[in-house]
Amino acid sequence: MADTASFEVVKPGLSTTVQDLGRPGFYHLGLPISGAMDRFSLIAANRLVGNPDGAAGLEAVFLGPVLRFSADATVAVTGATMAPKLDGVEQPGWAAFKVAAGQELSFGTLKAGARIVIAVAGGIDVPEVKGSRSTYALGGLGGFEGRALKAGDVVKIGTPAGPAKLGVAVPEEIRRQAPAGGTVLRAMPGLYWHRITEGSQRSFFEDTWKVAPEADRIGYRFRGGRSLDFVPREQPFGAGSDPSNIVDSCYPYGSIQVPGGTEPIVLHRDAVSGGGYFMVGTVISADMDLIGQLQPHQPVRFEAVDMDQALAARHAEKERLDRLAAFIAG
Amino acid sequence: MTKTTIEAPLPGTFYRAPSPEEPVFKNEGDQVAIGDTVGLIEVMKSFTPVVAEAAGTLVAFHVDNEDAVMAGQPLYDLEA
Repeated sequence: MADTASFEVVKPGLSTTVQDLGRPGFYHLGLPISGAMDRFSLIAANRLVGNPDGAAGLEAVFLGPVLRFSADATVAVTGATMAPKLDGVEQPGWAAFKVAAGQELSFGTLKAGARIVIAVAGGIDVPEVKGSRSTYALGGLGGFEGRALKAGDVVKIGTPAGPAKLGVAVPEEIRRQAPAGGTVLRAMPGLYWHRITEGSQRSFFEDTWKVAPEADRIGYRFRGGRSLDFVPREQPFGAGSDPSNIVDSCYPYGSIQVPGGTEPIVLHRDAVSGGGYFMVGTVISADMDLIGQLQPHQPVRFEAVDMDQALAARHAEKERLDRLAAFIAG
Repeated sequence: MTKTTIEAPLPGTFYRAPSPEEPVFKNEGDQVAIGDTVGLIEVMKSFTPVVAEAAGTLVAFHVDNEDAVMAGQPLYDLEA
């Protein structure tokens, strides 16, 4: 194999970015964690092609890119249901397959979910920035020149590390199923829970919300539930005049802010790290990947959980990774 | 004459005109050539044109202007 293995971007899709498991450790400086919206799918794709879990792959939302490979490669596509095609011939999802030099990788239309992850044996070879190859497009940092891919870009591929698991698809029960109908997102009520009335504390979890079309890597906005009513108070010094304002605070990954009490926004991988909006609670870590697979207009309900339930859910996700490891090793 | 149903390539909000002040890209009964823009889908704050990949007569729209569409939802019927 030539030492300059690469692929050329023929069509970029809607927004295709280089992502790994992210850039934790700088959120207090305003630099978000970035990384794959669906980490499980990235890890699965990497393991299928013999990469370490944290190798950089491509994340494409709603529309797949068209990529032409300069050298032989091994590729796996996971995440949303969107058939990979080699020179027009359909390939299995959630499985590694060989690509020959000169072949074109393209995609069918989106059937379920929102984001595919494309892993290439050897990983996407872009420079690390603050310990990560993830793209933070809003900050123009990391990934391929700090931005989503464009037609004509030539993206380098690293040297393959381990053997790929060729030709065998990850069983359905291990994959995260792309949510089809109603999705339940588990959330823990937070520090500012007391700011809304008991009626709103109930309605928030009772109502069905729908993903707003502007939902993206920064935050997922939801519409359609009843507005939240705030407990009257004299706004403290430093808080804005709207009842949904608080004295500036840290925004955790997964926190659900509700500007004006009307439309909840779950902050995701490229979110801002702090500000003055009230947060109703935080989506548990085990359900964050699921958000990355939600399409606009899909119905969602939030479900209140406590810390024990959140930790049990996190443990169940770890067990899913263990089952994936056993499948790859088997 | 065969009728094909063209599906939304991505989810979002469907628009039949480039802006509210301008005429629609296509009316029912219009001829569509390959490469013609039939509508726009807005998602994640960007507008993606729905470009015809087949030619024919646009016989019917399945969605209205500003309708919410899901990926794979029928957009319009083409007769060729």
